[in-house]
Amino acid sequence: MFSDYSATELGSIFAMQGFAGLILFAVFLLMALGLAIIFGQMGVINMAHGEFMILGAYITYLTSNVFADYFPALFGGYFFVAMVLAFLAAAALGALVEWTVIRRLYHRPLDTLLATWGLSLLMQQSYRSIFGAREVGVEVPDWMAGSFQVTDFVELPVNGLFVMCIAVAVTLAVYLLMFRSSWGSRVRAVVQNRPMAGAVGINTAKMDRMTFALGCGIAGIAGSAFTMIGSTGPSAGQDYIVDTFLVVVFGGAASILGTVASAFSISQAQSTMEFFLGGSMAKVLTLLTVVIILMFRPQGLFTLKVRK
Amino acid sequence: MSNFSLSNLMTRQDVLGFVVLALILLVVLPLSLDVMRLNQVGKYLSFAFVTVGLVLCWGYGGILSLGQGVFYGLGGYALAMFLKLEASSPENTSIQSTPGIPDFMDWNQITELPWLWEPFHSFGFSLLAILLVPTVLAYLIGFAMFKRRVSGVYFAIITQAISSILTILIIGQQGYTGGVNGITDLQTLMGWSIRTDYASYVFYFVGVALLFVCLFIAQFITKSKLGRILVAMRGQEDRVRFSGYDVANFKIFVFCVGAAFAAVGGAMFTLQEKFMSPSFVGIVPSIEMVIFCAVGGRLSILGAVYGALLVNVFRTVLGESFPELWLFAMGLLFVGVVLAFPDGLAGVYQKYAAPTVDRFLDKAPLFRRWPSSTSHSEPIKAS
Repeated sequence: MFSDYSATELGSIFAMQGFAGLILFAVFLLMALGLAIIFGQMGVINMAHGEFMILGAYITYLTSNVFADYFPALFGGYFFVAMVLAFLAAAALGALVEWTVIRRLYHRPLDTLLATWGLSLLMQQSYRSIFGAREVGVEVPDWMAGSFQVTDFVELPVNGLFVMCIAVAVTLAVYLLMFRSSWGSRVRAVVQNRPMAGAVGINTAKMDRMTFALGCGIAGIAGSAFTMIGSTGPSAGQDYIVDTFLVVVFGGAASILGTVASAFSISQAQSTMEFFLGGSMAKVLTLLTVVIILMFRPQGLFTLKVRK
Repeated sequence: MSNFSLSNLMTRQDVLGFVVLALILLVVLPLSLDVMRLNQVGKYLSFAFVTVGLVLCWGYGGILSLGQGVFYGLGGYALAMFLKLEASSPENTSIQSTPGIPDFMDWNQITELPWLWEPFHSFGFSLLAILLVPTVLAYLIGFAMFKRRVSGVYFAIITQAISSILTILIIGQQGYTGGVNGITDLQTLMGWSIRTDYASYVFYFVGVALLFVCLFIAQFITKSKLGRILVAMRGQEDRVRFSGYDVANFKIFVFCVGAAFAAVGGAMFTLQEKFMSPSFVGIVPSIEMVIFCAVGGRLSILGAVYGALLVNVFRTVLGESFPELWLFAMGLLFVGVVLAFPDGLAGVYQKYAAPTVDRFLDKAPLFRRWPSSTSHSEPIKAS
């Protein structure tokens, strides 16, 4: 399949697809970070993760409408307000869900999967009833619309770069929060040894709720960022969920570095193959490769060395 | 083998349950429903094959597969490929640019029947493929995963990925698979039209008969030593391993049985609905089937049949009159069943109705001497 192209052409194809892959990488990373916290740290399978992202996207859509109607002068900056609101809304809903459903199911991890799947159906239908079945898109502010021409073949859209920046920023924030703050050490203490964490005075139930809310909040930010590069429909979240889980599992649960590495390798592989084989075959081959690697290395790429 | 006499295999409650189910499916429903509705019930029952398999894998073995749609779909596709080849004989397809190949291949500029399709000219091969292709796939997946001690949540996610892969593949390769519409327009089976009312009746009763075969196999597995080992594994896998059992082999076996059941269900679906499409392969249908099983009761093979029937009836009734309410109802059902009734309908029956029925059976002439429990079975609780 390479023989049809000259060396320089191949070089620019790889560069072009590499940059496209970087945007996909940012998308995967944002999706997976929230799940890496919820699934990796707490062991809860949140099948409604995609719907929390969509919630963030719809909040962004609403915010952009409010800004366009009432504060047109500030429209260029609405996105930052929207991101904060999306985080807060998704986190609040996450805390509510944890309190009503998840906390009763910690000892039955497979059942959280079913309950959250039910939740995802409820959320999808709510979006459909409130926002309609059609996809909605937000108006991208002017400063995000252009693109940089790097070489003749490669151009970088500003919105893609912006999403990348958000992904990097959120990753750094999550890393600092989980591994460099006292709050993070308490979260990890609860995960690693719940009775002992409780014995030294950590309110484990509260930690669970906040951790779950944080994961959902990050999903909200992810959804908010996605509105910059695509439109949003009520059932769009379902399309992401398999990819997201594979990224987290492939990276090795409970490892931020692993999540980054696996999001990077999966997105690059998919993006490069996409040019030669078409979208669906590229996706099939990528997923298949990940599944086969997981069969040989079930613990994922990176693992925490903890005595159980 | 006096160990496996009927009274060891079934408690009198089990016998009663089988008899009641047989009466409902073979007498009550055929007499009270018109042929169109009966055909629908037949379709719902094709999901019951999957849920019975799930009771074995998930309820007993603790292996939650979110990829049962793969096996259901493969079974259905194997039969649909045979029927499609029969429907696209050169005479029927003479208007195509290449007569004698399925219409969707012609639309996709394919001029020759792909080699993968060739053997499906033979009915015997197709019947074998219905059972063997999904079972062998399940064996490969099971072997790769269980031998490496992948289980629980990770297994669920990987099976989910596999069902996603197969769906993308089927939709993407539409020249070879019929794409998103699936394989449609099936007409005859060995020259015999499958679109008549008579055929619908025949398929319904064949489906019920096959379902009972599966139910008896499942009953045998749950009441045999194998079933006890599965339950032990679900509770304390390491202890079973240290007792000298090869845990992986038992898991592989029960996963293969579940896959074979699902494949038979898929084939029955193809016969009754006259098509097969990727919308029964993906993640959404696979999880729905798990929910049917959870609603019926993950530890009860008969409950699983009722679960598949009732949820689908509920969906049809609600979907016909209030389509927008259906997803709400389904969502609430999932959350509610998992939170409040982890053992499903069968659990409710066990708790409230079973003691009364047992007292009644004490007086019934036929059942009085039948043991109320089998030799080595105290009730099994969900972990």
